[in-house]
Amino acid sequence: MADQQTIHLHVNGQAHTGNVAPRTHLIDWIREDLGLKGSHLGCEHGVCGACTVMVDGRIVRGCLTLAVQTDGCEVLTVEGLGALEPARALQQAFVRHNALQCGFCTAGMLMAALELVQNKPYATRAEVREWMSGNYCRCTGYHAIVDAVCEVLAQQMPEPAKGAA
Amino acid sequence: MSKVMESQPAALHDLSSDPRYIGHSPERPSARRLVQGQGCYVDDIRLPRMAHVVYWRSPVAHCRITRINAEFARRMPGVLLVADGEDLAKICKPWVATLGHLANMKSAPQYPLARGRAHWQGEPVVAVVAESRVQAEDALQYLQVEWEPLPAVADMETALDPETPLIHPELGDNLCFQRNLDTGGVDAAFAAADHVLKTTFEFGRHTGVTLEPRCQIADWASAEQRLTVYHSQQAPHMMQDLYARQFGIAESQVRVICKDVGGSFGIKVHAYPDDFATVALSMMLGRPVKFVADRLESFTSDIHARHHRVHARIAVKQDGEILAFDMDDLTGIGPFSMFPRTSAIEGNQVVNLVGGPYKHQQYRAQLKVVFQNKTPTCQYRGVGHPIACAVTEALVDQAARAIGMDPLEIRRRNVIPDDAYPCSGISGVKFESLSHQACLARLENLMDYHALRAEQEALRKKGIYRGIGIAALIELTNPSAAFYGVGGARIASQDGATARLDPNGGVTVMVSVGEQGQGTEAIYTQIAADAVGVDMAQVRVVTGDTEVTPYGGGTWASRGAGIGGEAVLLAGEALRANMRKLAAVILQREAQTLDIHRGSVVDSASREPLCSVAEIGRIAYFRSDLLPRDFTPELSVTRHYAQRDYPFIFTNGVQASYVEVDPDTGFVKLLRHWAVEDCGRVINPRLVDEQIRGAIVQGIGGALLEECLYDAQGLMLNANMADYLVPMCAEMPDIEVAHVETPTRSSKLGAKGAGEAGTAGAPAAVMNAINDALAPFAVSVTSQPLTPQKILQALGKV
Repeated sequence: MADQQTIHLHVNGQAHTGNVAPRTHLIDWIREDLGLKGSHLGCEHGVCGACTVMVDGRIVRGCLTLAVQTDGCEVLTVEGLGALEPARALQQAFVRHNALQCGFCTAGMLMAALELVQNKPYATRAEVREWMSGNYCRCTGYHAIVDAVCEVLAQQMPEPAKGAA
Repeated sequence: MSKVMESQPAALHDLSSDPRYIGHSPERPSARRLVQGQGCYVDDIRLPRMAHVVYWRSPVAHCRITRINAEFARRMPGVLLVADGEDLAKICKPWVATLGHLANMKSAPQYPLARGRAHWQGEPVVAVVAESRVQAEDALQYLQVEWEPLPAVADMETALDPETPLIHPELGDNLCFQRNLDTGGVDAAFAAADHVLKTTFEFGRHTGVTLEPRCQIADWASAEQRLTVYHSQQAPHMMQDLYARQFGIAESQVRVICKDVGGSFGIKVHAYPDDFATVALSMMLGRPVKFVADRLESFTSDIHARHHRVHARIAVKQDGEILAFDMDDLTGIGPFSMFPRTSAIEGNQVVNLVGGPYKHQQYRAQLKVVFQNKTPTCQYRGVGHPIACAVTEALVDQAARAIGMDPLEIRRRNVIPDDAYPCSGISGVKFESLSHQACLARLENLMDYHALRAEQEALRKKGIYRGIGIAALIELTNPSAAFYGVGGARIASQDGATARLDPNGGVTVMVSVGEQGQGTEAIYTQIAADAVGVDMAQVRVVTGDTEVTPYGGGTWASRGAGIGGEAVLLAGEALRANMRKLAAVILQREAQTLDIHRGSVVDSASREPLCSVAEIGRIAYFRSDLLPRDFTPELSVTRHYAQRDYPFIFTNGVQASYVEVDPDTGFVKLLRHWAVEDCGRVINPRLVDEQIRGAIVQGIGGALLEECLYDAQGLMLNANMADYLVPMCAEMPDIEVAHVETPTRSSKLGAKGAGEAGTAGAPAAVMNAINDALAPFAVSVTSQPLTPQKILQALGKV
């Protein structure tokens, strides 16, 4: 059994110190050690996207990232989204459009959508579909998710550009 | 996206004096919790002293287990127990999954863990239980299982050949079930036809891929002799009954709790060997034991579905009249019929449903359901409908092409007219009231059919090959006891709801049908609020606990709205009546002069508020001294509902797909998809639309992408999320949904099911669209999934 390593990081703005085995995945540490159960394990091999969290502002697969890799990082999970304005808008749009059914993919979907909204404010519907293709949803057929993300993009578009769209 | 609600007001009447929620799309009460990461799925639950199990599963399709050496595994840190099939057979009885009304169906006894032989790659053989999941997985590496390969029955086409080995020698052959249906005049009808079109269809095995894998926590409390199972399941009372029977304990000793369920689609309505194994391990250890399937074992241990080969033909006159269908269906179901719903239902449904909405008078069907050494198959969203619909609708398109008739026109001429109901379909299925003519007319407008045909024609001249595919469908919903109960399965066809007025004026409703994301709890909240006469915010719906809710069937066969919803409506109305009686006593008036309106007791004529519901609740619960001695308020009422007018309440609809096929690459681009659906009264239009969209995409998955690929030895080649393709966002089209509402008269609510019809029709619509696009090349594809490779092969390019 490998030795435990100590990591220091912020999760949703709160400082944590963890003692983790080097093989422990970030998602397992977040769920089991921190008790933050909002991010889910769907495949554990990096495909489905249910475990997507943000590390230093970029989305990663929680099941492909080792907890020790996040030493010194800022980690954001679904539990921390309420503090961020664009994320709150996404949460509200997801509710309005029923862009979730069972809710198991939703945390990952919101993370992917947040990165999109932050980085591609002018994304078209087709680009939204493309961007969101890293995350599987088995319930919705995606239409409502795309509607929700597009609505937030439209809300957040700088005023002069609105007419152009 | 524009959505059009087209209702038939003559048939749809208001269900209450102040209808505020039924027919509207208020926000789903659970959605906020889920977007904030506050769901509670089984793997989120941690009980004190909880242990974790992992299973050693057969690595091959068929083998004899010769030796299990657990000595080293047992020495690993944290290991609590290693157990095999012999250990578990001492406390859990085997089962044989057959149904009495499926004549001569057979299967073999099955155990929680394989005994002596393993029959498919993925069958659980040995359990390793440890203090943590990590420790259990580590110990699994040190488990030594020795096995000898046995010949595997992989190909369903040769499963019944005399030289093929028998999977269960005691059964005499590899045949699980067969059925023949013949109306008698099929040969004469084919002889009288102007055209006979004949095709072989293939449907690949696929599986549900619920994003949350199957999971449970079994907690045997030895002092109380009580079993509690937290389960990601669709039918908690069914599981309660099965656990009680297989372990020889009373139903009252078993409690099944279903909290949030991360997708189900039929995958979580069956009783799996590892369900019983996990319970047995908890009993052996006297500790809670958690099992969460990992994705790799999900692919070979979750049920598969839809593996069919169908030879079929249609007889048609030159004027478009369809005379007859004739089909021969072969399906392979794995080595055991799945418990307790059986693996013969899917094929049986195909027999019942081929020829679906049409008025032809002759039909012949043969079905053979065979055993093979692959993962067991069973009911998955749509159950037989996608196959029957694809066969029927592809043949109708071929017939239209042969006689030079527009595909929409041939359907218009042959559907059973909307004014001909109730009537029987040619297979003997009973239809209450369908609306194919109205749906076809609605679709034609919705998709601007003729403009689309013109666009298709214009683009073809430029070498762009687009196709339009149409699929009319029927779907069975709201089942009576005819589905399982008459066959001896203890699966309830009735459901119940208890509505309770709380002292503060709130209403708590406990319902035996649960939630897996469809919005079931949302529609129950809407129905209860309207039925009682209070705000939705005052209603709390509780589901998913056998110790709390009335007894019922749960979620399957699109019954949650139609059956559970009716029970909620009846319970809510009964509670409202009792509240009026109470108010009458308190206010010293006649009950019929009072009503409940938006949380107040009002004068039923003037609507003048007289007092709040909270006030009558306060008096009823805390000041019974103020009420007459001979009056007891009854503020908890339970009502049950079973649909008994028809075996099933059929719904109908029509879908259309618009695709572009690249003849150089074989790639299919899904451009648009339309669905016109008649699920009776629409309780929540947004939720119904989203059910239909999600179901369509699942149907598209099976039509274009999804297949459990096997080699000749019965080994699954793509048992992981990367190689097994499910639909992704970028590949899927926008889906426009419209409704025709023909309420069922079998209930007050008038709702029929809406959860599966999308999956029933989408594969047919997409296949027809692709073949329409390929029509200029005079080729077609009928083997699903319709991959680029198959399209290129049809075009002769590879």
